[in-house]
Amino acid sequence: MGKVPADLRYTKSHEWVRETDQGFVVGITDHAQDLMGDMVFVELPKVGTRIVAGKECAVVESVKAASDVYAPVSGEVTEVNQALTETPETLNSDPYGDGWLFKVRSTDKSLLKSMLDASAYKALLAAEG
Amino acid sequence: MGHRTPLYEEHVQAAAKMVDFGGWDMPLHYGSQIAEHHAVRQSAGLFDVSHMRAVDVGGPDARAFLRYLLANDVDKLTVVGKALYGCLLNEQGFVLDDLITYYLADDWFRIVVNAGPADQDIAWFRSHAQDFHVEINPRPDLAMLAVQGPKAYDLAGPVLGPVVVDALSRLKPFHATMCEDLFIARTGYTGEEGFELLVDAGRAVDLWRGFVRAGITPVGLGARDTLRLEAGMNLYGHDMDLSVSPLESGLAWTVSLAPGRDFIGRAALLRQQAEGLRHRLVGVVLQGSGVLRSGQVVHCHEGDGVLTSGTFSPSLGRGIGLARVPIAAAEGQVCEVAGRAGRTALARLTVPPFVRHGRALVDL
Repeated sequence: MGKVPADLRYTKSHEWVRETDQGFVVGITDHAQDLMGDMVFVELPKVGTRIVAGKECAVVESVKAASDVYAPVSGEVTEVNQALTETPETLNSDPYGDGWLFKVRSTDKSLLKSMLDASAYKALLAAEG
Repeated sequence: MGHRTPLYEEHVQAAAKMVDFGGWDMPLHYGSQIAEHHAVRQSAGLFDVSHMRAVDVGGPDARAFLRYLLANDVDKLTVVGKALYGCLLNEQGFVLDDLITYYLADDWFRIVVNAGPADQDIAWFRSHAQDFHVEINPRPDLAMLAVQGPKAYDLAGPVLGPVVVDALSRLKPFHATMCEDLFIARTGYTGEEGFELLVDAGRAVDLWRGFVRAGITPVGLGARDTLRLEAGMNLYGHDMDLSVSPLESGLAWTVSLAPGRDFIGRAALLRQQAEGLRHRLVGVVLQGSGVLRSGQVVHCHEGDGVLTSGTFSPSLGRGIGLARVPIAAAEGQVCEVAGRAGRTALARLTVPPFVRHGRALVDL
């Protein structure tokens, strides 16, 4: 099982969300990057785009497959991790740190509560085997 | 649970990601398939290919039998140890498997076939052997390892010992020899210098560990696929199979239609030629960033084609693939490849290979 930091919230589709004073930071989990293998291509939303919770908003592509990233929260994209387009392998080496995907400004705090906490996400991974 | 090679535990101990391949539990990668790819292009990599099956064909009619069985002509093998690549066809001229035949003696040839079709191949050999004085002996007792890369000989030398190193140094490309307890061949599936060897399964773990200790990087099937695709080599089940002719799979060079020899599938191939071939296999290079995937449709000026293999080339930093396209589609042409969510990407048709001996062979 991949790393599951205790301070983050998670989706069933293997995104993570970190709450900060400026809004939310979004990425994909260690489990997701491990399943996909070496990343070779990342397509990020444009800054200023409004993303909708549950809808695809980015694409990560590995040697094995392309995979949609689903917005965990609704809101406006305020910043994207442009460095990933040059070094997508950061998604493999540091999925919770330098491998973050984008930042969102959102008033939608309630949704975060309904997302999985670390123990629930660990249980999901255990159930998926 | 699939079949396991004698090296299965070595892979598990090395924390390899294991996947099913042709009914075998095989390592996909040992951490990073891109790092493994670069190790082969820049240094040396070690492959467990024991899932492939060696089959010995012996007896006074061995040569005559193989001339009838295979689309390539083993009469091209005049020097002991020489190898020949070719296809096994059915009566319809479609591809049952691709294989390498080694000439070891006039009454002894060794064939290496793919893992998935191996049992069917052996049954096929036997069903066509009745009129010949031959013996078909599958060799599941042998393990198969490959060492590939510019430093393959330097790093493997101390493990193999002086006698084998000497034999290897005198081996020409695409030749094999028996030395000590090894069958060793200067062949491979990467486009790099290197060798493949067959050894008693009981010796495989020792050799594997020796090679790893010598600094040769274990390489899984993931990098094996990107390496072979960069080298422009076909993969059975993807680039050709029971639904296509070798003549439409970039394999015409492996088919010997010279008069005076009948072989299984020959009449069908001649008929295909007379009726006119409709497709051919070409290389494809993506113009922008991204990855090509098998199954994607390629829109050419002359009609649609399909990617039979596709990947991200670590050496070129581009998406590359092989595609079966209308026969008139010319290399150099820029086509549209249908991508995800209705989008398209531009890709150029090329002549494979893309990379050989660590050097790019296509313009980007």
